[in-house]
Amino acid sequence: MQQRFSRRNFLRALGAGGAATALAACGTMPGARRRGPNVVVVGGGPGGATTAKYLKRFNPGIQVTLVEPKATYHTCFGSNWVLGGLAEMDDIAQTYGALKDRHDVNIVQDTVTAIDPDARQVRLAGGDTLSYDKLVVSPGIDFRFDAVEGYSEAVSRDIPHAWKAGEQTRILRDQLRAMDDGGVFVLVAPGNPFRCPPGPYERASMVAHYFKQHKPRSKVIILDNKENFSKQGLFMAGWERLYGDMIEWVPSSQGGQVEQVDPETRTVYSDGGLTRFRADVLNFVPSQQAGAIAREAGLADDTGWCPVDQLTFRSDKHEDIFVIGDACIAGAMPKSGHSANTQGKAVAAAIVRAMNDQDMLPLSTVNTCYSLIGPDYGITVAAVYRFEDGGIAGVPGSGGVSPSEASDAFRRQEARYAQGWYDSITADTWG
Amino acid sequence: MIRKHITSATLALAAIGAVSVVQADVTRGELMATTCFACHGTDGHSAGSMPSIYGYPPEIMINQMKAFRDGRRPATVMDRHATGYTDEEIELIAEYLSRQ
Repeated sequence: MQQRFSRRNFLRALGAGGAATALAACGTMPGARRRGPNVVVVGGGPGGATTAKYLKRFNPGIQVTLVEPKATYHTCFGSNWVLGGLAEMDDIAQTYGALKDRHDVNIVQDTVTAIDPDARQVRLAGGDTLSYDKLVVSPGIDFRFDAVEGYSEAVSRDIPHAWKAGEQTRILRDQLRAMDDGGVFVLVAPGNPFRCPPGPYERASMVAHYFKQHKPRSKVIILDNKENFSKQGLFMAGWERLYGDMIEWVPSSQGGQVEQVDPETRTVYSDGGLTRFRADVLNFVPSQQAGAIAREAGLADDTGWCPVDQLTFRSDKHEDIFVIGDACIAGAMPKSGHSANTQGKAVAAAIVRAMNDQDMLPLSTVNTCYSLIGPDYGITVAAVYRFEDGGIAGVPGSGGVSPSEASDAFRRQEARYAQGWYDSITADTWG
Repeated sequence: MIRKHITSATLALAAIGAVSVVQADVTRGELMATTCFACHGTDGHSAGSMPSIYGYPPEIMINQMKAFRDGRRPATVMDRHATGYTDEEIELIAEYLSRQ
């Protein structure tokens, strides 16, 4: 009876036209058991995986299908720790067994190639079609490979971005290991907005840590498409403390705005070609946009990101589609794994509440970004968010960064908690 | 609060002729508490070095959160989180976590 109750409420929430519509919706579900409403989640990163798990938690009567092409997902967060030698690739690998076996999520290893909002169906590369009552799109980012002359997806195999973890992380790690002492590592950091605002600066820190252990005459140069960056004061103080002058940060106004890449010589050019930097290992992180499927489905606006109702994450473009994580425009929230996790819970609540014909609850989301400057030197930025005046905003008086003056014990404790954060958020998302 | 939810759901079901129900609902306390889980583990059961936060009597959790918020208890990051919540919100979160 509970299943019928859920479906009836769900259809009422949809404003569906009655039993005929209900039967039609059931009839188009290929191979689906008839048991409650049907939510398809696109993408098995922190946003999509959390959504799937918490939809089942909030209402076990919902049928949840998660579509993700990879059997093993390497988290972008933590991947800098691999470059620093603090973690192995296996330490940042997540799989879908617990979602399937413990949480009864239907895992489909495939790629969504098209979304048909009118028919409420997604098409898969493998040829299948899935019907949905509600669709949650969490595709993460794609790169604007054409934004800078000389860089491309093909070039990224030699000059990695390593901003989606996995094979790209391995390529960069291996290049750093193969580099001679005294070499130069150049990291080209993207302009705003982009995934993981403190990420480039943690990466510079971790590479410097590796160099200090193994190649102490080497140098780290960050060429930045910005004039300032996340946790800047804390990073710069930590760099000086741990690495002396090994790390050099070049803001956009001083030649950091890279306009051209020469992959053959690993040289980048700025200031109309007047300034050049030659790297022994070059890490080019392109500017970014919402994942391809979101843009191809018409969910993005001309910024390349997806506008949503920031209370429920419902797409501005289609009634039954929700967009979360890096791909969406979420007010004051940064594009981070933590944001995606907390947005996954919020969208799950919004969908379950709508199925019960209830309004969404007051939004409460959180972000905490841990960064390691060294193995015993951690810093954070944190915020608590509410929905206010039509958008997501930080709660006044809350949040902020770690204190600029702090004891070694304080930094060590935040470094220890960085690993604890990783262990808990991955268990909360995929476990 | 919780009792009220169950009662109204039961009445709603009775009205449409259902005979049994698993309450499928999400409350404000639960939604807010789930935001704690990213660091402190699902249901407050930490998976690593973060402190677990499940099962505390509500008055202890409320007292600790207010101490973080007021700066009476030293913290690395919890002071920056606790300042994001009103008394009412802290009470809702504490009540939910006490039952995990």
